[in-house]
Amino acid sequence: MSAVHPAITDLLRELAPRVLGVLVRRNGNFDDCEDAVQEALLAATVSWPVDGVPTNPTGWLITTASRRLVETRRQDSARRRREGTYALEPTAPSGAVPEVDDALALVFLCCRPELSVPSQIALTLRALGGLTTAEVARALLIPEATVGQRISRAKARIRDTGAKFMMPTARERDERLPAVLHVLYLIFNEGYTATSGEVLNRVELTSEAIRLTRQLRESLPDEGEVAGLLALMLLTDARRGARTGPDGALIPLAEQDRRQWDRAAIAEGVAIVEATLPVAKPGPYQLQAAIAAVHDEAADVDATDWPQILALYDVLTAIAPGPMVALNRTVAVAMVRGPATALAELNDAAADPALSGHHRVDAVRAHLLDELGEQDAAREYYLRAAQRTRSLPEQRYLLARATR
Amino acid sequence: MKYMILIHSNPQFLERWKALPEEQRERFGRDHRALIAELADAGELVASEGLADPALAKRVTVAGDQTMISDGPFAEAKEHLAGFFLVDCEAEDRALAIAARVPDAIWGLVEVRPVLDLSERDM
Repeated sequence: MSAVHPAITDLLRELAPRVLGVLVRRNGNFDDCEDAVQEALLAATVSWPVDGVPTNPTGWLITTASRRLVETRRQDSARRRREGTYALEPTAPSGAVPEVDDALALVFLCCRPELSVPSQIALTLRALGGLTTAEVARALLIPEATVGQRISRAKARIRDTGAKFMMPTARERDERLPAVLHVLYLIFNEGYTATSGEVLNRVELTSEAIRLTRQLRESLPDEGEVAGLLALMLLTDARRGARTGPDGALIPLAEQDRRQWDRAAIAEGVAIVEATLPVAKPGPYQLQAAIAAVHDEAADVDATDWPQILALYDVLTAIAPGPMVALNRTVAVAMVRGPATALAELNDAAADPALSGHHRVDAVRAHLLDELGEQDAAREYYLRAAQRTRSLPEQRYLLARATR
Repeated sequence: MKYMILIHSNPQFLERWKALPEEQRERFGRDHRALIAELADAGELVASEGLADPALAKRVTVAGDQTMISDGPFAEAKEHLAGFFLVDCEAEDRALAIAARVPDAIWGLVEVRPVLDLSERDM
């Protein structure tokens, strides 16, 4: 869709879940309908830029996709007749079409626990986000065939388990919402990478994750964690421009040029946090968003309200304890109570087997030793951390610290 | 996450390989193809290739604006790379399980290396 006008691309992505919803309700088969919608979207990217956007774009897409679906079925039944096999045609549900929030039903279908996480991601991006298989593959930096296979496996699994395209009940929603949010969070993280030069034709997964989370929030305006995740994404993405240096090395929060932060995204994220925290049941995404908001509102590191950040980490530790939370908390402890206290707490946190050999422990230790003026020891831990990280920008940063 | 599964080899191994009965060598090939097909089917295969004999290797050296090509492998290397699988899977456990299915693992010549990515994860 690269050559297509962005407004058309945006419109298609927005309409994709709605069109798919209508088709699945009429015809019953998610698998075939999803393929048909993909073909209709592709047809639109060819004809709309030439003929103009139709007056009823949704209707155009539904008609085109339905036609494709009929063609596929005709070919299939002809093949079945040739092969002498029979299959019952799915019957269209009769009567009034129930009020269904298509985007919500879709995201719960795509993020079913029976599917592997990579499959959930690929299917969500295609069925809900309206991306082509090629776009998903470019965004995830894997071959198109690999993505195609993940999508067809996911759809086969949905078929086998008999999972239906329908509105989740309140109970299903509560049970499965964390998995849905996790998939959106992973899509965001996947896209949260250094842009090494201009990568043309590459869909920004961070923007896509934000768009999908925004869409989910429209469906579930009262879910505090959906709002929290959206705010967390906005507040994190706002720093993107300041996060890497010209050589691709990571620039840590403390050293970023805050003038490059995206003020509009910060304002939106902060507003969501302020509106959500007082009324919603607290959750890890809301608290992480609140921490990000405190960072983003500070003019510099010293102006940061560290006691507030530490208090938020304490709440986070109480409701969602974890090794990474404990580790990040020690950085706040250092700012409030000094590096020596933090170092003692780091030793406790590092005793967790989940952190054994983790490069982040070495990186935090190096930072604390540096603060204490123990440069030689700090250098050693920076090197150890550099050796163990899997992130190239982080490796560059840690090596730079070790050698400066 | 991407992992590179490296299949190493060395001259002694090549001798042992040549000494294997024909049917065992065939089974090696069959198992390789089956594994590749299974990984492709699971949506985990990024790439997989077997490499030609190191005797066909060319060494490239650039000094200033001069490019020098010399024949043969690195003289000092006792081991050479015979092939690889590049997989994209959920976690390291899975990459290790795939590596255990590589037929060459019975010789102890298979290595799993995480691939560096461009992530900047804070958490």
